[in-house]
Amino acid sequence: MIKQLTDTLNFQTQALVLRSERQRLIASNIANADTPGYKARDMDFSRALKEATGNLGASSGMATTQAGHISPPAGARSDAQMLYGAPSQTNLDNNSVDMDRERASFADNSIKYEATLRFINGSVRTMLDSMKSHNAS
Amino acid sequence: MSMFQIFKVSGSAVSAQSQRLNVVASNLANVDTVAGPDGQAYKARQVMFQTEMMGATGAPGDPAAAGVRVSTITEDQTPGRRIHDPKNPQADAEGYVTYSNVNAVEEMVNMISASRSYQNNIEVMNTAKSLLLKTLQMGQG
Repeated sequence: MIKQLTDTLNFQTQALVLRSERQRLIASNIANADTPGYKARDMDFSRALKEATGNLGASSGMATTQAGHISPPAGARSDAQMLYGAPSQTNLDNNSVDMDRERASFADNSIKYEATLRFINGSVRTMLDSMKSHNAS
Repeated sequence: MSMFQIFKVSGSAVSAQSQRLNVVASNLANVDTVAGPDGQAYKARQVMFQTEMMGATGAPGDPAAAGVRVSTITEDQTPGRRIHDPKNPQADAEGYVTYSNVNAVEEMVNMISASRSYQNNIEVMNTAKSLLLKTLQMGQG
């Protein structure tokens, strides 16, 4: 029974963790806007969320059949699966950060982070409300 | 938590941009200096940026926390302007005075770009700070 109570909360918690990771990624892009040769990264948020909540199995990492095999992390959060931002204007110094797009993504991600916080607060408040006894007296 | 690393990343960017502003200020201050007795005028300086991974310890190559640092400060090797002015006490044998090779217009553009980046990173830090403060108040109605 506890599981049903905390299922919604679990989903929102995963979303919060992934939002903060994406925030960090965008902040790194903005910090490196002037570095020659830097390539802007982004993550596929919906896919990462599906993997984290178990609705989509993590895409197959490498099979390890021998003891000496290394298994790098798989899934949308790993380095191999992170996407690259397509450069909209070419640069002499091969920097692919588009400041306007990064600023827009940063604002978008911040709003969604706050929205997730509000949903969590709402769920917590609902649970607390349902635990109060409403004796009419 | 990932959001705390934003302070490290944006802090490194702010520090790198302020070093860049420092260099611009030095260049602009030395626009009109002439060559000293060794014959070498002031050479314009430029900073070179480099990405520096700031992942949490134990997570090598974490791609999400990429800060920036100044790797070197290079000097521009183009020869300085030479003005013909025999009356100047610093004139050489042919009457030419060598000034620095600073291009004031380039330096102003550099300064504008550096200050925009600086402001952007300050804003990133402010937003991260307010989001974290709101996260701390989670569940408190």
